[in-house]
Amino acid sequence: MAAPRKFSKFRDVMKEVNNKGAALYKNPVGTEDLVILSPYKINYIHSYAEDSPFFLGLAQGKLLGSECTSCHYRYATPRSHCMECGHETKWFTLPKEGKVHSWTTCYFGGEEFLKETPFNLALIEFEGVDTLLLTRLKGAAEKDVYIGMKAKAVFRKSPRYLISDVHFVPAK
Amino acid sequence: MPASRKVYMISGAVTKFAKAHPDMDFRLMVKRAFDYAMKDVPKLKASDIESTRISYFSDHFTRQLKAASMVQDYLGMNPKDSRRIEWGGATGGQAVQAGWETVASGRNEVCLVAGFETMSHVETWKGNEFIALASDTNFDYPVGGFYTGYYALMVQRHIYEYLRKTKFADIKDERRAQRAATEEAKRIMAMVSVKNHVNALNNPYSQYPESLTMKGALGGEMVAYPLNRPMICTMSDGAAVAILASEEVAYKYTDHPVLIKGVGCGTDTMRLADRPHANVPLFEWETAQYYSKLKYPGVHSFRAGRTAALEAYKNAGIRDPKEELDFVELHDAYASSEIQTYEDIGLCRYGEGYDFVDQGHPFLEGVDYGLNLAHRGTLPVNPSGGLIACGHPVGATGIMQGVFAFWQLQSTIGKHFGNDKLQIKDANRGLIHSHAGTGSSVTVTIMERA
Ligand SMILES: [Zn+2]
Repeated sequence: MAAPRKFSKFRDVMKEVNNKGAALYKNPVGTEDLVILSPYKINYIHSYAEDSPFFLGLAQGKLLGSECTSCHYRYATPRSHCMECGHETKWFTLPKEGKVHSWTTCYFGGEEFLKETPFNLALIEFEGVDTLLLTRLKGAAEKDVYIGMKAKAVFRKSPRYLISDVHFVPAK
Repeated sequence: MPASRKVYMISGAVTKFAKAHPDMDFRLMVKRAFDYAMKDVPKLKASDIESTRISYFSDHFTRQLKAASMVQDYLGMNPKDSRRIEWGGATGGQAVQAGWETVASGRNEVCLVAGFETMSHVETWKGNEFIALASDTNFDYPVGGFYTGYYALMVQRHIYEYLRKTKFADIKDERRAQRAATEEAKRIMAMVSVKNHVNALNNPYSQYPESLTMKGALGGEMVAYPLNRPMICTMSDGAAVAILASEEVAYKYTDHPVLIKGVGCGTDTMRLADRPHANVPLFEWETAQYYSKLKYPGVHSFRAGRTAALEAYKNAGIRDPKEELDFVELHDAYASSEIQTYEDIGLCRYGEGYDFVDQGHPFLEGVDYGLNLAHRGTLPVNPSGGLIACGHPVGATGIMQGVFAFWQLQSTIGKHFGNDKLQIKDANRGLIHSHAGTGSSVTVTIMERA
């Protein structure tokens, strides 16, 4: 590697490090700091385990919730054991239509989703279900969305087996 | 609280929080803070310290596992008892309580609590991603995981419950009513942002002191509606330490220790979507009747914060926090969560948070905010500038609050800040509040002049 070039703005140091792998920072506190690029990439072998049926359900155009076999608490975001009483839950099919419980439009985000901004996040409530589902709300601009608005599920044609295999759009 | 020993804070220190400290790694940052704290209690020798509780939030930021052991090593604390504390955004608050337990239990006489975070090692976008990995990675993160987005979801519902249904109840058109309520909430959140940035002008440790005006606060770039940039804390590099001691030895080292009077801690579901819609756990001065129409906590309030406050007040013997506290340093990662937290910790009832700000209660006397405030100074909140203006190097943040509270209660703000503009006169009792996730983990600690 060539000798690192020196910069007095840290922004420029970051750019240089990303391009060349190293830079010197002429720090206003009087030091000269050597900064290098340190990449980090990991592929995890991730099992959905007890939540697997939910993600398989999305691929078939179904939203699966879970219902406690003892106290009948109903979860829109599934879990295999009830947080209220600890008993096992069983799967049930959620309605495809619900209402916006809360929402926002994101103009920034984490690196992975930055290119998708702006996007709407919404928590969806379903009739007769005790908890909510976090999802994207598409087909509506910031000025159109409101709490209580009806929304329906749309499923990705070729599944990626991610929660984003489902999103919601405004329903009449 | 079952009988336990009294625990005092005898010294503390904070590094200046900054966007980046490329001249210091995390070990040196902690060392600088440690040296400052030791200098403040010259009678205390490093050998008097029997154990350490070292906190940082994310291994992703440091890309160095077991970084706490490296701090232990660098401070010359080997071979003493030590452990790492991690509790998301509340890592620092939990570290203070871990130190408290170590001394309260009688295991040690003196315990060093030290925390840090170095968030500058990745670009902001990557940092946002790391933080979002502290949400459920099956169900939340892949939707577009972004913490400001989660907090926007929460405050939108808070606005709906407490402004749309009250002050804006007459507007028939639902969408228009909600927009009007949100605009009103934005105005009040901007006031919080002004308060914290302006307070920080006199805090030399803060990262973003600014003579922010309402116009500036309202005109900031939108991040996640309705939260804009001036209403959100940023990522920082920084470290903080607190030294805790038993009653037996505290006065040996300082004439002005500060009592840790009560601790409390609460939790809630990791996923926002799973929050129950049930009843409010009540303070003595509240009635169930008042909240008869409220489904709690939903996504609008923090049951973990309420639970932590209930426990801390019980242990500290506090009945009415608004009367019995002189200041609060709370976890204002967002201007919205500062308002939500007022209600959780009982500075006002649920639904009264916006008025609490609008009337001026959490503002300091003697600081010019360019605002017309009817009841300023009733109970100053975040006199230091809070996370919004001081920065939020996660593992240090909760300890930083402890240090600022310690100096307030010692009346040594002037000595440590170089000016006493932020010193609350005769401050006798303060509260520090540390908060994680979407409100999944919260600590509340009460500190008192001894
Ligand atoms: Zn159950």
